Amino acid sequence: MNNFKKDFPLLASQDIVYLDSAATTQKPQCVIDAVNNFYKSFNSNIHSGVYTISEKATTAYEDARQKVASFINAGDPSQIIFTKGTTESTNLVASCFVQDLIKNGDKIVISIMEHHSNLVPWQQIAQQKHATLEYLYLNDNYEIDKKELNKIDKNTKFVAITMVSNVLGTVVDVKNIIKKAHSVGAVVLVDAAQAIAHKQIDVKDLDADFLAFSGHKIYAPLGIGVLFGKKQLLEKMRPYMFGGHMIEYVNEQSTTFAPLPNKFEAGTQNVGGAVGLAAALDYVNKIGYKQIETIESELVNYALSKINKLPYVKAYISPNKNSRSGVLSFNIVGLHPHDVATVLNTQNVCVRSGNHCAQPLLSYLGINSTVRASFAIYNTKEDVDKLVEAIEYTFDKFKKYLR
Amino acid sequence: MDQFEQLYGELIMEHAMNSHNKRGINSPTCSSLGHNPSCGDKISLEAKIENGKIVDMGFSGEGCAISQSSTSMMIDLLKGKSVDQAKQLIEIFLKMIKRESVTQEEKKLLKNARVFENVSNMPSRAKCATLSWHTLEDLLNKLNNN
Ligand SMILES: Cc1ncc(COP(=O)(O)O)c(C=O)c1O
Ligand SMILES: [Zn+2]
Repeated sequence: MNNFKKDFPLLASQDIVYLDSAATTQKPQCVIDAVNNFYKSFNSNIHSGVYTISEKATTAYEDARQKVASFINAGDPSQIIFTKGTTESTNLVASCFVQDLIKNGDKIVISIMEHHSNLVPWQQIAQQKHATLEYLYLNDNYEIDKKELNKIDKNTKFVAITMVSNVLGTVVDVKNIIKKAHSVGAVVLVDAAQAIAHKQIDVKDLDADFLAFSGHKIYAPLGIGVLFGKKQLLEKMRPYMFGGHMIEYVNEQSTTFAPLPNKFEAGTQNVGGAVGLAAALDYVNKIGYKQIETIESELVNYALSKINKLPYVKAYISPNKNSRSGVLSFNIVGLHPHDVATVLNTQNVCVRSGNHCAQPLLSYLGINSTVRASFAIYNTKEDVDKLVEAIEYTFDKFKKYLR
Repeated sequence: MDQFEQLYGELIMEHAMNSHNKRGINSPTCSSLGHNPSCGDKISLEAKIENGKIVDMGFSGEGCAISQSSTSMMIDLLKGKSVDQAKQLIEIFLKMIKRESVTQEEKKLLKNARVFENVSNMPSRAKCATLSWHTLEDLLNKLNNN
């Protein structure tokens, strides 16, 4: 197996098993270098300076936008809005589009797997507008059954759906959901936060109206994210924030706004972040999603086969290999996930525990929280072995207290 | 003492898994609910306070070993104390976890609850250890205001 760990200085230099890439990925040297180089050699504000380094920064920023557009096959790069991350992207769509779209009695449909950032914005609007927020629920395999899609009906104006669950790892057939939504005239936002580092995304093929992701989950720096929106929708929408760069003319009493994409990018932008994101996308392109999927699915399958041998562990993951992504949630029966994660940490294994910003999902599953191991390109079977050893160690230590 | 024992010693685990304080009490005079959203810990405290004294106290709820045992040890420490004494001890405990200066004498007053000093350098777990102490502090402060 190819070992990418050497590309990631934090992992190459520390004796830790990092299994929290669903929270944020580590950064490869090429991304660190690109950001470093920006600040070292052409740091400046964009869109305003006529001097050389500002032109260079502006070009790098717009090249990054172009790169994102090609990466998700968006076509026209003015449909790519840079944000802080998925959360800002969903909130932008909520404030500038869904807020105006939804009327009393309309319906918004989401899945029970949504992250709070793709749930609370819609719930707030539904409450305000006296609209219905309806959930697509899961079958015993933690998947959305086809018949659930009947909830998307003629009253449905908006659908927000994750491509991959950050708790269960379930891969959702968003293409089919979008087809169904479009057949009733609803607009769809896809949350690609957990998908972007693991699956090839083609917004044209999906026919997604909006798609959001965070750079930091695909090896890019913190604080840079993307909102893709279809041009005809973005053009109709009102601006998100007001300020510099997003305007065309400002008079004492009125303002006209800049064309896309600047209309949605008020104020000084995270140019270093965009440069880092471009480098990260280059890195992923070089490896290729085919290889990424092969490596990661092998890891998850291997981890699951080992964990399933431990009678005291319950895993929350689909039995269908095709429905899985790089996430594996589990619990040691009788132990609290925070205690498990704390003890795993004493063995240098970094996992997340808690509700993973998906409280409605955990309530639906009837659990308070889980331990979550999540995988990325740099993980190895050896990491999985260490995880399993650490789980065994944890159980061993607590065993005598379990009733 | 390895890292495991520092956090999950015999004492902490006994209180976490088998607390004699995890029970309803007779005719409570007040109660309060504490919630730690990062961990999902939920602790419900019930107390019987008469003439400025904590006569009885019990708890229910779910949570990690740290929050459960910290609650149980807090009850052992504060049951029978006056409200004012309890407030002082709560303050010492919270200061100890926040790594503010606490004298050895003060720490001694905390008896078994001193063991939680080890979580003071783990911000996410410190919340678990302080949950019930904050909850009781709120409850006692409300009494005064009434
Ligand atoms: C599925 C999903 N959606 C949205 C988000 C929010 O991303 P961010 O915190 O980067 O805005 C996350 C992050 O954990 C996620 O996993
Ligand atoms: Zn806790």
